[in-house]
Amino acid sequence: MNRDAPQRLFARLVRLPPFLWLAAFFLLPVVITLKISLSEPATAIPPYLPLLDWQGGLEGWSTFLEALNLDNYLTLARDPLYRDALFGSLAYAGGATALLAALGVPLAYALARAPARRQPFLVALIVVPFWTSFLIRVYAWIAILKQEGLLNLVLLKLGLIARPLAILNTDAAVMIGLVYAYLPFMVLPVYAVMNRLDPALREAAADLGAGPTRVFWSVTLPLALPGIVAGAGLCFIPMVGEFIIPDLLGGSETLMLGRVLWSEFFSNRDWPLASAVAVLILLIVLGPVVLLRDGLRGEGERP
Amino acid sequence: MTPVTRAALVLGLAFLYAPILVLVAYSFNASSLVTVWGGFSTRWYGVLFADEPLIAATWVSFRVAVLSSLIATVLGTLAALALERHGRFRGRFLFTGLVYGPMVMPEVMIGLSLLLMFIGIGFDRGLATLVVAHATFCTGFVAVVVAARLRGLDPTLEEAAADLGAGPLRVLLTVTLPLLAPAVVAGALLAFALSLDDLVIASFVSGPGSTTLPMRLYSRVRLGVNPEINAASTLLIALVGVAVLAASWLTARRGGTG
Repeated sequence: MNRDAPQRLFARLVRLPPFLWLAAFFLLPVVITLKISLSEPATAIPPYLPLLDWQGGLEGWSTFLEALNLDNYLTLARDPLYRDALFGSLAYAGGATALLAALGVPLAYALARAPARRQPFLVALIVVPFWTSFLIRVYAWIAILKQEGLLNLVLLKLGLIARPLAILNTDAAVMIGLVYAYLPFMVLPVYAVMNRLDPALREAAADLGAGPTRVFWSVTLPLALPGIVAGAGLCFIPMVGEFIIPDLLGGSETLMLGRVLWSEFFSNRDWPLASAVAVLILLIVLGPVVLLRDGLRGEGERP
Repeated sequence: MTPVTRAALVLGLAFLYAPILVLVAYSFNASSLVTVWGGFSTRWYGVLFADEPLIAATWVSFRVAVLSSLIATVLGTLAALALERHGRFRGRFLFTGLVYGPMVMPEVMIGLSLLLMFIGIGFDRGLATLVVAHATFCTGFVAVVVAARLRGLDPTLEEAAADLGAGPLRVLLTVTLPLLAPAVVAGALLAFALSLDDLVIASFVSGPGSTTLPMRLYSRVRLGVNPEINAASTLLIALVGVAVLAASWLTARRGGTG
Protein backbone atom coordinates (compact mmCIF):
# COMPACT_ATOMS: atom_id res chain seq x y z
CA MET A 1 0.00 0.00 0.00
CA ASN A 2 1.12 3.53 -0.73
CA ARG A 3 2.15 5.08 2.58
CA ASP A 4 2.58 8.74 1.87
CA ALA A 5 2.67 11.48 4.47
CA PRO A 6 -1.05 12.44 4.60
CA GLN A 7 -1.95 8.76 4.90
CA ARG A 8 0.38 8.36 7.86
CA LEU A 9 -0.93 11.51 9.50
CA PHE A 10 -4.49 10.26 9.01
CA ALA A 11 -3.65 6.88 10.55
CA ARG A 12 -2.17 8.68 13.55
CA LEU A 13 -5.28 10.85 13.91
CA VAL A 14 -7.46 7.73 13.82
CA ARG A 15 -5.70 6.03 16.70
CA LEU A 16 -5.08 9.15 18.79
CA PRO A 17 -8.56 9.55 20.39
CA PRO A 18 -8.93 5.94 21.60
CA PHE A 19 -5.30 5.94 22.70
CA LEU A 20 -5.60 9.13 24.76
CA TRP A 21 -8.95 8.13 26.25
CA LEU A 22 -7.81 4.67 27.32
CA ALA A 23 -4.44 5.89 28.57
CA ALA A 24 -6.22 8.45 30.76
CA PHE A 25 -9.15 6.32 31.98
CA PHE A 26 -7.75 2.79 31.95
CA LEU A 27 -3.95 2.78 32.18
CA LEU A 28 -3.54 5.73 34.56
CA PRO A 29 -6.17 4.49 37.08
CA VAL A 30 -4.52 1.06 37.17
CA VAL A 31 -1.14 2.68 37.87
CA ILE A 32 -2.73 4.79 40.62
CA THR A 33 -4.29 1.66 42.16
CA LEU A 34 -0.91 -0.08 42.14
CA LYS A 35 0.57 2.90 43.93
CA ILE A 36 -2.19 3.11 46.54
CA SER A 37 -1.86 -0.62 47.22
CA LEU A 38 1.65 0.20 48.44
CA SER A 39 0.43 3.01 50.71
CA GLU A 40 -0.82 3.11 54.28
CA PRO A 41 -4.41 3.82 55.32
CA ALA A 42 -4.90 7.12 57.12
CA THR A 43 -7.80 9.02 58.61
CA ALA A 44 -7.69 11.81 56.06
CA ILE A 45 -9.17 12.71 52.70
CA PRO A 46 -8.17 10.82 50.60
CA PRO A 47 -7.69 8.17 53.30
CA TYR A 48 -4.18 6.96 52.54
CA LEU A 49 -0.53 8.01 52.86
CA PRO A 50 1.89 9.04 51.41
CA LEU A 51 0.66 11.65 48.99
CA LEU A 52 3.07 12.69 46.30
CA ASP A 53 4.27 16.25 46.87
CA TRP A 54 4.53 17.61 43.33
CA GLN A 55 6.23 20.79 44.48
CA GLY A 56 8.88 18.90 46.44
CA GLY A 57 11.00 18.10 43.39
CA LEU A 58 13.45 15.25 43.62
CA GLU A 59 13.35 15.23 47.41
CA GLY A 60 9.58 14.98 47.34
CA TRP A 61 9.87 11.94 45.10
CA SER A 62 12.40 10.18 47.26
CA THR A 63 10.43 10.62 50.53
CA PHE A 64 7.37 9.47 48.58
CA LEU A 65 9.08 6.33 47.28
CA GLU A 66 10.57 5.52 50.69
CA ALA A 67 7.15 5.60 52.29
CA LEU A 68 5.78 2.96 49.91
CA ASN A 69 5.75 -0.53 51.34
CA LEU A 70 4.37 -4.02 50.94
CA ASP A 71 2.46 -4.05 54.24
CA ASN A 72 -0.93 -4.50 52.58
CA TYR A 73 0.29 -7.54 50.68
CA LEU A 74 1.79 -8.98 53.88
CA THR A 75 -1.61 -8.50 55.53
CA LEU A 76 -3.23 -10.35 52.63
CA ALA A 77 -0.75 -13.21 53.02
CA ARG A 78 -1.04 -13.47 56.82
CA ASP A 79 -4.64 -12.75 57.69
CA PRO A 80 -6.75 -15.93 57.43
CA LEU A 81 -9.74 -13.90 56.15
CA TYR A 82 -7.89 -12.93 52.97
CA ARG A 83 -6.28 -16.32 52.59
CA ASP A 84 -9.73 -17.89 52.79
CA ALA A 85 -11.09 -15.36 50.29
CA LEU A 86 -8.23 -16.14 47.91
CA PHE A 87 -8.74 -19.88 48.19
CA GLY A 88 -12.51 -19.35 48.04
CA SER A 89 -12.23 -17.39 44.80
CA LEU A 90 -9.93 -19.99 43.26
CA ALA A 91 -12.09 -22.89 44.46
CA TYR A 92 -15.41 -21.41 43.32
CA ALA A 93 -14.04 -20.19 39.98
CA GLY A 94 -12.08 -23.40 39.37
CA GLY A 95 -14.90 -25.70 40.47
CA ALA A 96 -17.52 -23.81 38.47
CA THR A 97 -15.24 -23.83 35.40
CA ALA A 98 -14.90 -27.62 35.65
CA LEU A 99 -18.65 -27.99 36.08
CA LEU A 100 -19.25 -25.63 33.15
CA ALA A 101 -16.97 -27.75 30.95
CA ALA A 102 -18.82 -30.90 32.02
CA LEU A 103 -22.20 -29.34 31.14
CA GLY A 104 -21.21 -26.99 28.33
CA VAL A 105 -19.29 -29.45 26.17
CA PRO A 106 -22.22 -31.88 25.73
CA LEU A 107 -24.51 -28.93 25.06
CA ALA A 108 -22.11 -27.51 22.45
CA TYR A 109 -21.82 -30.97 20.89
CA ALA A 110 -25.60 -31.30 20.70
CA LEU A 111 -25.74 -27.85 19.12
CA ALA A 112 -23.11 -28.76 16.51
CA ARG A 113 -24.98 -31.96 15.62
CA ALA A 114 -28.36 -30.24 15.22
CA PRO A 115 -29.67 -29.76 11.65
CA ALA A 116 -27.54 -27.05 10.00
CA ARG A 117 -30.45 -24.79 9.07
CA ARG A 118 -31.70 -24.74 12.67
CA GLN A 119 -28.30 -23.97 14.20
CA PRO A 120 -28.33 -20.14 13.90
CA PHE A 121 -31.66 -20.04 15.72
CA LEU A 122 -30.46 -22.41 18.45
CA VAL A 123 -27.27 -20.37 18.91
CA ALA A 124 -29.39 -17.22 19.22
CA LEU A 125 -31.47 -18.98 21.91
CA ILE A 126 -28.29 -19.64 23.90
CA VAL A 127 -27.08 -16.05 23.51
CA VAL A 128 -30.26 -14.08 24.24
CA PRO A 129 -30.48 -14.76 28.00
CA PHE A 130 -26.87 -13.68 28.27
CA TRP A 131 -27.86 -10.22 27.06
CA THR A 132 -30.59 -9.74 29.61
CA SER A 133 -29.44 -8.18 32.85
CA PHE A 134 -26.88 -10.21 34.78
CA LEU A 135 -28.24 -8.93 38.09
CA ILE A 136 -31.78 -9.95 37.18
CA ARG A 137 -30.74 -13.43 36.08
CA VAL A 138 -28.97 -13.98 39.40
CA TYR A 139 -31.91 -12.50 41.31
CA ALA A 140 -34.27 -14.89 39.51
CA TRP A 141 -32.64 -17.80 41.33
CA ILE A 142 -33.54 -16.42 44.77
CA ALA A 143 -37.23 -17.17 44.18
CA ILE A 144 -36.33 -20.68 43.04
CA LEU A 145 -33.76 -21.64 45.67
CA LYS A 146 -35.07 -20.11 48.88
CA GLN A 147 -36.58 -22.12 51.71
CA GLU A 148 -40.18 -21.58 50.60
CA GLY A 149 -39.08 -21.25 46.97
CA LEU A 150 -40.20 -22.98 43.82
CA LEU A 151 -37.64 -25.81 43.83
CA ASN A 152 -38.52 -26.88 47.36
CA LEU A 153 -42.21 -26.57 46.55
CA VAL A 154 -41.87 -28.90 43.56
CA LEU A 155 -39.66 -31.38 45.40
CA LEU A 156 -42.11 -31.47 48.34
CA LYS A 157 -45.11 -31.98 46.05
CA LEU A 158 -43.30 -34.82 44.29
CA GLY A 159 -42.57 -36.36 47.69
CA LEU A 160 -38.84 -36.45 47.00
CA ILE A 161 -38.01 -34.61 50.22
CA ALA A 162 -39.79 -34.52 53.57
CA ARG A 163 -38.84 -30.97 54.55
CA PRO A 164 -37.50 -28.00 52.57
CA LEU A 165 -33.81 -27.99 51.72
CA ALA A 166 -31.68 -25.00 52.67
CA ILE A 167 -30.04 -24.17 49.33
CA LEU A 168 -30.05 -20.39 49.19
CA ASN A 169 -27.06 -18.80 50.95
CA THR A 170 -24.95 -21.96 50.62
CA ASP A 171 -22.03 -22.99 48.41
CA ALA A 172 -24.44 -24.95 46.23
CA ALA A 173 -26.42 -21.80 45.42
CA VAL A 174 -23.24 -19.93 44.49
CA MET A 175 -22.20 -22.80 42.19
CA ILE A 176 -25.64 -22.90 40.55
CA GLY A 177 -25.49 -19.13 40.02
CA LEU A 178 -21.99 -19.24 38.52
CA VAL A 179 -22.81 -22.12 36.18
CA TYR A 180 -26.05 -20.47 35.12
CA ALA A 181 -24.60 -17.02 34.47
CA TYR A 182 -21.53 -18.20 32.57
CA LEU A 183 -22.91 -21.16 30.58
CA PRO A 184 -23.01 -19.29 27.23
CA PHE A 185 -19.33 -18.32 27.66
CA MET A 186 -18.45 -22.02 27.69
CA VAL A 187 -20.92 -23.29 25.08
CA LEU A 188 -20.23 -20.75 22.33
CA PRO A 189 -16.42 -21.14 21.93
CA VAL A 190 -16.69 -24.95 22.13
CA TYR A 191 -19.50 -24.91 19.59
CA ALA A 192 -17.49 -22.61 17.29
CA VAL A 193 -14.66 -25.17 17.20
CA MET A 194 -16.88 -28.26 16.95
CA ASN A 195 -18.88 -26.70 14.15
CA ARG A 196 -15.75 -26.39 12.03
CA LEU A 197 -14.57 -29.97 12.54
CA ASP A 198 -14.49 -32.00 9.35
CA PRO A 199 -17.23 -34.67 9.56
CA ALA A 200 -14.91 -36.95 7.54
CA LEU A 201 -12.77 -37.37 10.66
CA ARG A 202 -15.70 -38.79 12.61
CA GLU A 203 -16.74 -40.97 9.70
CA ALA A 204 -13.21 -42.30 9.30
CA ALA A 205 -13.11 -43.22 13.01
CA ALA A 206 -16.52 -44.89 12.71
CA ASP A 207 -15.40 -46.80 9.59
CA LEU A 208 -12.42 -48.07 11.53
CA GLY A 209 -14.82 -49.57 14.04
CA ALA A 210 -15.13 -46.95 16.79
CA GLY A 211 -18.55 -46.67 18.42
CA PRO A 212 -20.20 -43.23 18.83
CA THR A 213 -18.90 -42.89 22.41
CA ARG A 214 -15.37 -43.76 21.37
CA VAL A 215 -15.56 -41.32 18.45
CA PHE A 216 -16.61 -38.55 20.83
CA TRP A 217 -13.87 -39.26 23.38
CA SER A 218 -10.98 -39.91 21.02
CA VAL A 219 -11.78 -37.70 18.01
CA THR A 220 -14.27 -34.89 18.72
CA LEU A 221 -13.18 -34.01 22.25
CA PRO A 222 -9.39 -33.75 21.62
CA LEU A 223 -10.01 -31.65 18.52
CA ALA A 224 -12.38 -29.38 20.45
CA LEU A 225 -9.79 -28.77 23.18
CA PRO A 226 -8.82 -25.25 21.98
CA GLY A 227 -12.48 -24.25 22.28
CA ILE A 228 -12.71 -25.75 25.76
CA VAL A 229 -9.57 -23.88 26.85
CA ALA A 230 -10.97 -20.61 25.45
CA GLY A 231 -14.32 -21.21 27.18
CA ALA A 232 -12.61 -22.06 30.46
CA GLY A 233 -10.63 -18.79 30.24
CA LEU A 234 -13.72 -16.74 29.41
CA CYS A 235 -15.51 -18.20 32.45
CA PHE A 236 -12.67 -18.35 34.96
CA ILE A 237 -11.38 -14.78 34.44
CA PRO A 238 -14.54 -12.86 35.40
CA MET A 239 -15.56 -15.42 38.04
CA VAL A 240 -12.42 -14.82 40.15
CA GLY A 241 -13.48 -11.22 40.80
CA GLU A 242 -17.21 -12.00 40.89
CA PHE A 243 -19.23 -9.95 43.36
CA ILE A 244 -22.96 -10.15 42.57
CA ILE A 245 -23.34 -13.96 42.70
CA PRO A 246 -21.61 -14.61 46.05
CA ASP A 247 -23.32 -11.56 47.51
CA LEU A 248 -26.89 -12.43 46.47
CA LEU A 249 -26.82 -16.24 46.51
CA GLY A 250 -24.01 -16.98 48.97
CA GLY A 251 -24.09 -16.94 52.74
CA SER A 252 -22.21 -14.65 55.07
CA GLU A 253 -19.36 -17.19 55.12
CA THR A 254 -19.05 -17.26 51.31
CA LEU A 255 -15.68 -15.58 50.87
CA MET A 256 -14.54 -14.45 47.46
CA LEU A 257 -12.02 -11.73 46.62
CA GLY A 258 -14.50 -9.47 44.80
CA ARG A 259 -16.77 -9.43 47.82
CA VAL A 260 -13.90 -8.84 50.26
CA LEU A 261 -12.68 -5.93 48.14
CA TRP A 262 -16.19 -4.50 48.15
CA SER A 263 -16.50 -4.60 51.94
CA GLU A 264 -12.94 -3.36 52.52
CA PHE A 265 -13.74 -0.41 50.34
CA PHE A 266 -17.35 0.45 51.16
CA SER A 267 -17.63 -0.71 54.80
CA ASN A 268 -14.11 -0.50 56.25
CA ARG A 269 -12.92 2.35 54.02
CA ASP A 270 -9.48 0.75 53.87
CA TRP A 271 -8.58 1.91 50.38
CA PRO A 272 -4.97 0.68 50.30
CA LEU A 273 -6.03 -2.83 51.33
CA ALA A 274 -8.90 -2.82 48.81
CA SER A 275 -6.37 -1.77 46.15
CA ALA A 276 -4.07 -4.62 47.16
CA VAL A 277 -6.99 -7.07 46.78
CA ALA A 278 -7.71 -5.62 43.34
CA VAL A 279 -4.08 -6.08 42.31
CA LEU A 280 -4.20 -9.65 43.65
CA ILE A 281 -7.27 -10.41 41.50
CA LEU A 282 -5.45 -8.90 38.54
CA LEU A 283 -2.38 -11.08 39.15
CA ILE A 284 -4.53 -14.23 39.34
CA VAL A 285 -6.25 -13.57 36.02
CA LEU A 286 -3.08 -12.48 34.22
CA GLY A 287 -1.99 -16.06 33.43
CA PRO A 288 -5.39 -17.15 32.04
CA VAL A 289 -5.64 -13.88 30.05
CA VAL A 290 -2.32 -14.50 28.30
CA LEU A 291 -3.35 -18.11 27.62
CA LEU A 292 -6.69 -16.95 26.25
CA ARG A 293 -5.09 -14.25 24.10
CA ASP A 294 -2.69 -16.73 22.50
CA GLY A 295 -5.56 -19.15 21.91
CA LEU A 296 -7.75 -16.48 20.31
CA ARG A 297 -4.88 -15.15 18.23
CA GLY A 298 -4.40 -18.68 16.81
CA GLU A 299 -8.12 -18.66 15.95
CA GLY A 300 -8.05 -15.22 14.36
CA GLU A 301 -5.18 -16.05 12.03
CA ARG A 302 -7.13 -18.71 10.21
CA PRO A 303 -7.84 -17.49 6.69
CA MET B 1 -30.01 -35.65 15.76
CA THR B 2 -30.01 -38.51 18.18
CA PRO B 3 -32.44 -38.59 21.12
CA VAL B 4 -29.48 -38.00 23.44
CA THR B 5 -28.31 -34.78 21.77
CA ARG B 6 -31.92 -33.61 21.49
CA ALA B 7 -32.42 -34.20 25.21
CA ALA B 8 -29.18 -32.33 25.99
CA LEU B 9 -30.38 -29.33 23.98
CA VAL B 10 -33.84 -29.29 25.54
CA LEU B 11 -32.42 -29.60 29.06
CA GLY B 12 -29.78 -26.94 28.41
CA LEU B 13 -32.29 -24.45 27.05
CA ALA B 14 -34.76 -25.24 29.84
CA PHE B 15 -32.02 -24.50 32.39
CA LEU B 16 -31.26 -21.18 30.68
CA TYR B 17 -34.87 -20.05 30.33
CA ALA B 18 -36.72 -21.50 33.34
CA PRO B 19 -35.53 -18.90 35.88
CA ILE B 20 -36.38 -16.05 33.50
CA LEU B 21 -39.84 -17.48 32.80
CA VAL B 22 -40.51 -17.94 36.52
CA LEU B 23 -39.50 -14.34 37.11
CA VAL B 24 -41.74 -13.03 34.33
CA ALA B 25 -44.68 -15.20 35.44
CA TYR B 26 -44.50 -14.00 39.03
CA SER B 27 -44.46 -10.37 37.91
CA PHE B 28 -48.12 -10.97 36.95
CA ASN B 29 -48.96 -12.64 40.26
CA ALA B 30 -51.61 -10.85 42.30
CA SER B 31 -50.15 -12.28 45.50
CA SER B 32 -46.96 -10.87 46.92
CA LEU B 33 -45.81 -14.34 48.00
CA VAL B 34 -43.64 -16.09 45.49
CA THR B 35 -45.07 -19.57 46.09
CA VAL B 36 -48.70 -18.57 46.07
CA TRP B 37 -50.42 -17.88 42.77
CA GLY B 38 -53.03 -15.26 43.56
CA GLY B 39 -54.35 -14.92 40.01
CA PHE B 40 -53.29 -12.78 37.07
CA SER B 41 -52.74 -9.12 37.84
CA THR B 42 -50.83 -6.14 36.59
CA ARG B 43 -50.88 -4.50 40.01
CA TRP B 44 -47.08 -4.66 40.40
CA TYR B 45 -46.67 -2.72 37.20
CA GLY B 46 -48.90 -0.05 38.72
CA VAL B 47 -46.71 -0.01 41.84
CA LEU B 48 -43.66 0.16 39.61
CA PHE B 49 -44.86 3.15 37.60
CA ALA B 50 -45.60 5.05 40.82
CA ASP B 51 -42.11 4.34 42.20
CA GLU B 52 -40.40 7.71 41.85
CA PRO B 53 -36.84 6.70 42.94
CA LEU B 54 -36.87 3.76 40.54
CA ILE B 55 -38.05 5.93 37.65
CA ALA B 56 -35.42 8.55 38.46
CA ALA B 57 -32.76 5.82 38.47
CA THR B 58 -34.03 4.53 35.11
CA TRP B 59 -33.67 8.00 33.67
CA VAL B 60 -30.09 8.24 35.00
CA SER B 61 -29.24 4.83 33.52
CA PHE B 62 -30.78 5.74 30.19
CA ARG B 63 -28.85 9.00 29.86
CA VAL B 64 -25.60 7.34 30.89
CA ALA B 65 -26.18 4.47 28.43
CA VAL B 66 -26.91 6.83 25.52
CA LEU B 67 -23.90 9.07 26.13
CA SER B 68 -21.42 6.33 27.00
CA SER B 69 -22.45 4.10 24.10
CA LEU B 70 -22.04 7.04 21.71
CA ILE B 71 -18.52 7.72 22.98
CA ALA B 72 -17.63 4.01 23.05
CA THR B 73 -18.91 3.59 19.49
CA VAL B 74 -16.73 6.40 18.15
CA LEU B 75 -13.65 5.28 20.12
CA GLY B 76 -14.20 1.58 19.42
CA THR B 77 -14.70 2.12 15.69
CA LEU B 78 -11.55 4.24 15.49
CA ALA B 79 -9.62 1.62 17.47
CA ALA B 80 -10.82 -1.15 15.14
CA LEU B 81 -9.81 0.93 12.09
CA ALA B 82 -6.37 1.55 13.60
CA LEU B 83 -5.85 -2.13 14.35
CA GLU B 84 -7.27 -3.59 11.13
CA ARG B 85 -6.57 -0.98 8.47
CA HIS B 86 -3.52 0.95 9.51
CA GLY B 87 -1.36 -2.09 10.09
CA ARG B 88 1.90 -1.73 11.94
CA PHE B 89 2.76 1.28 14.02
CA ARG B 90 4.93 1.99 17.01
CA GLY B 91 3.16 1.18 20.26
CA ARG B 92 0.78 -1.26 18.60
CA PHE B 93 1.29 -3.76 21.43
CA LEU B 94 0.39 -1.14 24.05
CA PHE B 95 -2.53 0.08 21.94
CA THR B 96 -3.96 -3.44 21.60
CA GLY B 97 -3.62 -3.94 25.35
CA LEU B 98 -5.39 -0.66 26.07
CA VAL B 99 -8.30 -1.49 23.76
CA TYR B 100 -8.92 -5.08 24.82
CA GLY B 101 -7.59 -4.86 28.40
CA PRO B 102 -10.79 -3.48 29.97
CA MET B 103 -12.73 -6.48 28.64
CA VAL B 104 -10.72 -8.94 30.73
CA MET B 105 -10.03 -6.61 33.64
CA PRO B 106 -12.10 -7.58 36.72
CA GLU B 107 -15.03 -5.18 37.08
CA VAL B 108 -14.15 -4.42 40.70
CA MET B 109 -10.68 -3.37 39.53
CA ILE B 110 -12.03 -1.04 36.82
CA GLY B 111 -14.49 0.54 39.23
CA LEU B 112 -12.06 0.92 42.10
CA SER B 113 -9.18 2.24 39.97
CA LEU B 114 -11.34 4.83 38.21
CA LEU B 115 -12.76 6.01 41.51
CA LEU B 116 -9.28 6.33 43.01
CA MET B 117 -8.25 8.42 40.03
CA PHE B 118 -11.34 10.65 40.11
CA ILE B 119 -10.75 11.31 43.78
CA GLY B 120 -7.03 11.80 43.21
CA ILE B 121 -7.64 14.58 40.69
CA GLY B 122 -10.52 16.01 42.69
CA PHE B 123 -13.23 15.29 40.11
CA ASP B 124 -16.74 15.19 41.59
CA ARG B 125 -18.59 11.94 41.11
CA GLY B 126 -21.85 12.01 39.21
CA LEU B 127 -23.28 11.49 35.76
CA ALA B 128 -20.01 12.47 34.04
CA THR B 129 -17.91 9.91 35.90
CA LEU B 130 -20.48 7.21 35.11
CA VAL B 131 -20.36 8.10 31.42
CA VAL B 132 -16.55 8.07 31.38
CA ALA B 133 -16.37 4.72 33.19
CA HIS B 134 -18.93 3.03 30.96
CA ALA B 135 -17.44 4.41 27.75
CA THR B 136 -14.06 3.09 28.86
CA PHE B 137 -15.14 -0.49 29.48
CA CYS B 138 -17.46 -0.64 26.44
CA THR B 139 -14.91 0.60 23.86
CA GLY B 140 -13.21 -2.79 23.57
CA PHE B 141 -16.52 -4.58 22.91
CA VAL B 142 -17.39 -2.17 20.10
CA ALA B 143 -13.87 -2.62 18.69
CA VAL B 144 -14.28 -6.42 18.64
CA VAL B 145 -17.57 -6.26 16.73
CA VAL B 146 -16.34 -3.65 14.23
CA ALA B 147 -12.95 -5.34 13.74
CA ALA B 148 -14.68 -8.65 12.93
CA ARG B 149 -16.66 -6.94 10.19
CA LEU B 150 -13.58 -5.05 8.92
CA ARG B 151 -11.69 -8.31 8.50
CA GLY B 152 -14.53 -9.55 6.31
CA LEU B 153 -14.56 -6.40 4.13
CA ASP B 154 -12.77 -6.48 0.79
CA PRO B 155 -9.90 -3.94 1.09
CA THR B 156 -9.78 -3.53 -2.70
CA LEU B 157 -12.93 -1.35 -2.50
CA GLU B 158 -11.11 1.16 -0.32
CA GLU B 159 -7.96 0.90 -2.45
CA ALA B 160 -9.99 1.54 -5.60
CA ALA B 161 -11.46 4.71 -4.08
CA ALA B 162 -7.97 5.87 -3.06
CA ASP B 163 -6.62 5.13 -6.55
CA LEU B 164 -9.43 7.24 -8.00
CA GLY B 165 -8.14 10.17 -5.98
CA ALA B 166 -10.19 10.12 -2.79
CA GLY B 167 -8.26 11.24 0.29
CA PRO B 168 -8.16 9.03 3.39
CA LEU B 169 -11.00 10.89 5.12
CA ARG B 170 -13.18 10.69 2.01
CA VAL B 171 -12.48 6.95 1.70
CA LEU B 172 -13.42 6.45 5.34
CA LEU B 173 -16.64 8.47 5.14
CA THR B 174 -17.92 7.34 1.74
CA VAL B 175 -16.66 3.75 1.44
CA THR B 176 -15.54 2.17 4.71
CA LEU B 177 -18.12 3.55 7.14
CA PRO B 178 -21.21 2.81 5.00
CA LEU B 179 -19.99 -0.76 4.60
CA LEU B 180 -19.30 -0.97 8.32
CA ALA B 181 -22.63 0.57 9.38
CA PRO B 182 -24.34 -2.65 10.52
CA ALA B 183 -21.39 -3.59 12.72
CA VAL B 184 -21.16 -0.06 14.12
CA VAL B 185 -24.86 -0.13 15.01
CA ALA B 186 -24.53 -3.61 16.51
CA GLY B 187 -21.53 -2.40 18.53
CA ALA B 188 -23.46 0.64 19.73
CA LEU B 189 -26.41 -1.51 20.86
CA LEU B 190 -24.00 -3.85 22.62
CA ALA B 191 -22.37 -0.92 24.43
CA PHE B 192 -25.82 0.43 25.33
CA ALA B 193 -26.89 -2.93 26.80
CA LEU B 194 -23.63 -3.32 28.72
CA SER B 195 -23.93 0.16 30.18
CA LEU B 196 -27.55 -0.37 31.15
CA ASP B 197 -26.61 -3.64 32.87
CA ASP B 198 -23.58 -2.58 34.86
CA LEU B 199 -23.85 -2.64 38.64
CA VAL B 200 -20.31 -3.08 39.96
CA ILE B 201 -18.48 -0.29 38.14
CA ALA B 202 -21.38 2.14 38.63
CA SER B 203 -21.43 1.46 42.37
CA PHE B 204 -17.87 2.73 42.61
CA VAL B 205 -18.01 5.78 40.36
CA SER B 206 -21.53 7.17 40.84
CA GLY B 207 -22.18 10.13 43.05
CA PRO B 208 -24.98 11.01 45.50
CA GLY B 209 -27.48 12.23 42.90
CA SER B 210 -26.71 9.66 40.22
CA THR B 211 -27.96 6.27 41.37
CA THR B 212 -28.42 3.99 38.36
CA LEU B 213 -31.22 1.48 37.84
CA PRO B 214 -29.09 -1.62 38.58
CA MET B 215 -27.88 0.04 41.79
CA ARG B 216 -31.47 0.76 42.84
CA LEU B 217 -32.58 -2.76 41.89
CA TYR B 218 -29.66 -4.24 43.76
CA SER B 219 -30.44 -2.39 46.98
CA ARG B 220 -33.99 -3.80 46.76
CA VAL B 221 -33.18 -7.41 45.83
CA ARG B 222 -30.67 -7.69 48.68
CA LEU B 223 -33.74 -7.67 50.92
CA GLY B 224 -35.24 -10.66 49.10
CA VAL B 225 -37.83 -11.41 46.43
CA ASN B 226 -40.03 -8.48 45.55
CA PRO B 227 -42.80 -8.66 42.92
CA GLU B 228 -42.33 -5.04 41.93
CA ILE B 229 -38.72 -5.84 41.01
CA ASN B 230 -40.04 -8.80 39.00
CA ALA B 231 -42.18 -6.36 37.03
CA ALA B 232 -39.20 -4.04 36.48
CA SER B 233 -37.09 -7.03 35.43
CA THR B 234 -39.73 -8.18 32.97
CA LEU B 235 -39.75 -4.77 31.29
CA LEU B 236 -35.93 -4.75 31.14
CA ILE B 237 -35.85 -8.26 29.69
CA ALA B 238 -38.40 -7.24 27.05
CA LEU B 239 -36.37 -4.13 26.19
CA VAL B 240 -33.06 -5.96 25.90
CA GLY B 241 -34.76 -8.76 23.96
CA VAL B 242 -36.04 -6.28 21.40
CA ALA B 243 -32.62 -4.61 21.13
CA VAL B 244 -30.87 -7.96 20.62
CA LEU B 245 -33.35 -9.00 17.95
CA ALA B 246 -32.87 -5.66 16.18
CA ALA B 247 -29.08 -6.02 16.33
CA SER B 248 -29.07 -9.59 15.01
CA TRP B 249 -31.57 -8.65 12.31
CA LEU B 250 -29.34 -5.75 11.23
CA THR B 251 -26.21 -7.89 11.01
CA ALA B 252 -27.99 -10.86 9.38
CA ARG B 253 -29.71 -8.73 6.76
CA ARG B 254 -26.43 -7.34 5.48
CA GLY B 255 -24.83 -10.78 5.55
CA GLY B 256 -22.53 -9.67 8.34
CA THR B 257 -20.50 -11.83 10.66
CA GLY B 258 -22.36 -10.51 13.76
